[in-house]
Amino acid sequence: MHQTDKMTEELTIFREAVSRAAREKIAPLAASIDESGEFNRDVEALCWDLGLLTLTFPPEFGGLEKDSGTALCIAVEEIARYCASSALLLIIQAVGSFPIVHGIAPEMRDRVLSRIRDERELVGYLVTEPSGGSDVAAIKTTATRDGDEYVINGQKCFATNGGVASLYSVLAKTFPEGDRKGLSFFLVERDRPGLHVGRTENKLGQRGSNTTEVFLDDVRVPAGNLLGQEGGGFRTAMRDFDMSRPAIAAQALGIAQGAFEAMVKYSIQRRTFGKLIAEHQMIQAIIADAATQIEAARGLVYRAAALYDDGKRNTKIASMAKCFAADAAMKITTDAIQVLGGYGYTKDFEVERMFRDAKLTQIFEGTNQIQRIVIAREVLGEVGVSI
Amino acid sequence: MFKLNDEQRMIVETVRRIARKELAPVAAELDVTAAFPHAAVAAFAENGVLNPLLPAQYGGVELGLFTFSMILEEVARACAASALLLIAQSDGMLPILHGGSEALKEKYLTRLADDSRQLTALAATEPSAGSDIMSMRTKAVRKDDRYVINGQKCFITNGSVADFFVVYAYTDASLGARGISAFVVEKDFPGLSYGKNENKMGMRGSINSELFFEDMEVPAENLVGEEGGGFVNLMRTLAMSRLFCASQAVGIGQAALDEAIAYSRERIQFGNPIAALSPIQFMVADMAAAVESARLLTYKAACLFDEGELQQAETNAALAKFSASDTAMKVTTDAVQILGGYGYMKDYPVERMMRDAKLTQIYTGTNQIMRLVAGRSILGPK
Repeated sequence: MHQTDKMTEELTIFREAVSRAAREKIAPLAASIDESGEFNRDVEALCWDLGLLTLTFPPEFGGLEKDSGTALCIAVEEIARYCASSALLLIIQAVGSFPIVHGIAPEMRDRVLSRIRDERELVGYLVTEPSGGSDVAAIKTTATRDGDEYVINGQKCFATNGGVASLYSVLAKTFPEGDRKGLSFFLVERDRPGLHVGRTENKLGQRGSNTTEVFLDDVRVPAGNLLGQEGGGFRTAMRDFDMSRPAIAAQALGIAQGAFEAMVKYSIQRRTFGKLIAEHQMIQAIIADAATQIEAARGLVYRAAALYDDGKRNTKIASMAKCFAADAAMKITTDAIQVLGGYGYTKDFEVERMFRDAKLTQIFEGTNQIQRIVIAREVLGEVGVSI
Repeated sequence: MFKLNDEQRMIVETVRRIARKELAPVAAELDVTAAFPHAAVAAFAENGVLNPLLPAQYGGVELGLFTFSMILEEVARACAASALLLIAQSDGMLPILHGGSEALKEKYLTRLADDSRQLTALAATEPSAGSDIMSMRTKAVRKDDRYVINGQKCFITNGSVADFFVVYAYTDASLGARGISAFVVEKDFPGLSYGKNENKMGMRGSINSELFFEDMEVPAENLVGEEGGGFVNLMRTLAMSRLFCASQAVGIGQAALDEAIAYSRERIQFGNPIAALSPIQFMVADMAAAVESARLLTYKAACLFDEGELQQAETNAALAKFSASDTAMKVTTDAVQILGGYGYMKDYPVERMMRDAKLTQIYTGTNQIMRLVAGRSILGPK
């Protein structure tokens, strides 16, 4: 199998356009977004203008004809080079709308997607709960059928865009005693009575992304808001990962690339012991390792995205990409501060922010420990062993 | 091995108690406000550990480096920035102790005696002279019975709060290392002014300042030792300061390990505490092995100093510095990982520890410089 990435001329032009917008419009805001810890509506508007918040929708609703997974990774990577928080906005929009785009009746899908596009609405993804992070099947939120409605009760946490989205894809148990087979997704509008947004989390990094608690107390939705089949939620969540993990990997890749560029730039400006620090072999080793890891991560990211776009199973490669790129981003941002020394430790340079931003990529969308379990399960499955 | 006598045990227990009761509860707030830890100064001073290395003849408790290393570890375990305060105190005192005339020692070291709250600092780093300290541009010119100093320093821990500090400057730039001299400067000397305090990623409860000297006059008797003796004097202090940094890093690593263990026992996933999951057990085992190794390396360096084996002590201190700080960085990063999404939030202390840890890989000689120092020392002269 020699599946390579899909860098068509179209996608190359797309990358250049996103890169320019990110460099000119988002990069100047990145430090203040981090400091204020607030969601930036100008960045959101820019992303709508560029069509980046409907990328993964069907073409009639603003999406691409093909290669949308690759395009999402490209846009995320280019934005994350300058501002990881802004890149996360794209990922969550794609992840949150995935249960809407995939597997529901066409007329409802079309109605909701055209509303999202026309009203420029953000979609949150309410899966994680205080007791169920890596352990998705442990969630406690319930959805109980009552006539032609469902009544939803529960508490969600770490909801990205929780406080700025107007629609949510909510994962809940439709069979109280059920395990993963009892999980279903529901479309819940924010203005439904009983839904309220809790506190906004104060995070180490990616501070410009809005992360909140969301509480659902007897929230009633029409039965038609069930996304897909009852009991199909776990499977949808897993399929969503096939798209989202390459995208998270692309975010890590972009962060790593941004830190790498900062370290190289500094190394050819700063002089010690009569030389540029880039002339010291110790610094060269750091640069060489970073460059190698970035290239390897890029290969994994776009291979995982290409498999997704071709409708092929990408679970193993997507997890490899997520795990490898996130670990690379953590190492490269840590090393970038090291190359910048005392200056890198201050808020006058961007590498300390990138270091803080990078850490989240090792944690969310399945911790890297979970990714390793997934990879091993896939690898062992290939030799006929089911774990 | 590393058996403590009664006095050492009592001191370490006292410091641990202060750290838990007085420093740990305010560590998060100190990090947010980036304020100077006045409460820590008071607590240290009242208990006689603000200047633990100060000899008895100048009114100090004259503890050894092994004891000081354990003190720093206990303080850093609760609040790394407060440990940096203690380190800056020693860094400012040691150049005078090592190189100053008896009169200079009598004048300045006694100011640190007993329960004094006077603060001190060491000012060597400049914008263009960090690892490459000989690139410093600050100059001191003799004029009758005074020296006139011009230049600037940066990233100086305790810089803008120090009552007096030691500054390094070229008295004769043509002589290279032998042209650097050290001076004791008081905060109210005309010509001394303060720039900004750095806005740092971590160790935010420690003040790092820019200092500017414009025709600042220093009495000639404030020269530490001889003209040209500054570089050797600085290296001697830095050799010990690496041990201090290592001790601080061990404390940060231990604190992160403590948090990871406590959380692993409480957090239920897949029906059991995550402590029951083998990937978590492996991470915790690796973290514990790394912290314990770093601690042993650090203690050994400290004991070598105390036993007067200076050459070996300096090599071991360099090994301990990069080993312990690399360990602190890895262990804190892994602790955030074990706490998952919660660890990434400011409600838990591990994200602060991760930010604090990063500085230990950088200051008092980057880990790249430490490897050079250790490598050259091990491989011997050409």
